[in-house]
Amino acid sequence: MSTSTVEKRNTLPTGDWSLDSVHSQVGFEVDYHVGTFRGSFSPVTARLEVADDGSARLTGSAPVTGVRVQDENLNAHLLSPEFFDAERTPEITFESSEVTQSGDEIEVRGELTIKGTSLPVRARGTVGEQAEYGERPYFGLKLEAQVDRTQYGMNWNNPLPNGKPALANDVTINAELFWTRS
Amino acid sequence: MRVLGISGSLRPDSYNTRLLRAAAELAPRDVELELLESPRLKAVPPYDEDDDNGAAPAAVAQLRDTIAGADAVLFATPEYNSSVPGQLKNALDWVSRPFATNVLRNKPVAVVGASAGAFGAVWAQAELRKVLAAMGARVVDGELALGHADTRFEADGSLADEEVRGELSAVLDVLIAEARPQPVAQAA
Repeated sequence: MSTSTVEKRNTLPTGDWSLDSVHSQVGFEVDYHVGTFRGSFSPVTARLEVADDGSARLTGSAPVTGVRVQDENLNAHLLSPEFFDAERTPEITFESSEVTQSGDEIEVRGELTIKGTSLPVRARGTVGEQAEYGERPYFGLKLEAQVDRTQYGMNWNNPLPNGKPALANDVTINAELFWTRS
Repeated sequence: MRVLGISGSLRPDSYNTRLLRAAAELAPRDVELELLESPRLKAVPPYDEDDDNGAAPAAVAQLRDTIAGADAVLFATPEYNSSVPGQLKNALDWVSRPFATNVLRNKPVAVVGASAGAFGAVWAQAELRKVLAAMGARVVDGELALGHADTRFEADGSLADEEVRGELSAVLDVLIAEARPQPVAQAA
């Protein structure tokens, strides 16, 4: 098998791109007690369209039932009406409104819909290396955004013995997106 | 539409059971509000995780079936020591297993309460809502805290006060609306 890196370009390459969902990861982190609680969503589907003039549109979605954490009971709690309410709002969606680049840094503004509530979000990140294996080009994109879970109607908490809430409101969403040419 | 009423009191003449009977009288015609008989709650054995390893005790299995067969559940709880009566919590601990698939998961539920004191079991109600939400139930916002319950019922068991009847009806309406088939949000 011949593999070669044809070039290193850290701007969004033009064309239509599909997500390689096997190698991509969309996760979340939230402060819990004395540490950080992490989870991820799988599968995630997404599409990136980059026009010749450099403008781009990113859309994506994930079924809520694809949330993965390390304990099945915690998983069940996340699917319940207190958190994502998988029964009534089975999908998380994102649609960009504006994508801007500066060097290999990228900012994606758009609307993130969770639990039936659509709110504007701003994700920042970096465009990774582009490579071509065989005749198929690939490139990576890392994005990170912060949301306030309570704005999406996820208000669960429990006070710790010191009186502070166990779970933070600010949640970091991080996406490592691995794109292949559509 | 079938609504199950569960009183947290085991007393046959309980104010909370009377409150649920009053709710049954106020229910719309297409809604059947049936009360869980208090001996069935009393029959639930103490929860012991070592006993929770296969077929549930008969009283537990029947309680789970009854809840599963209801479209919604209306709880009326008394308050002991600022919290939920032990037997109600014990029964819910049984009902919550297995946790991920328990019969209250996604079930619309409402909580009301009555007490002989001034506050109408507000703290027990808050704790019960917390417990039910943790189990995955769909806890609706409506509430009714009936204080001085010993003065609030007529001899025939009906609620004496029109305003209280209205508040109870409002809770029931919210619960019933939540239990009606809901559109599932579609992605844009």
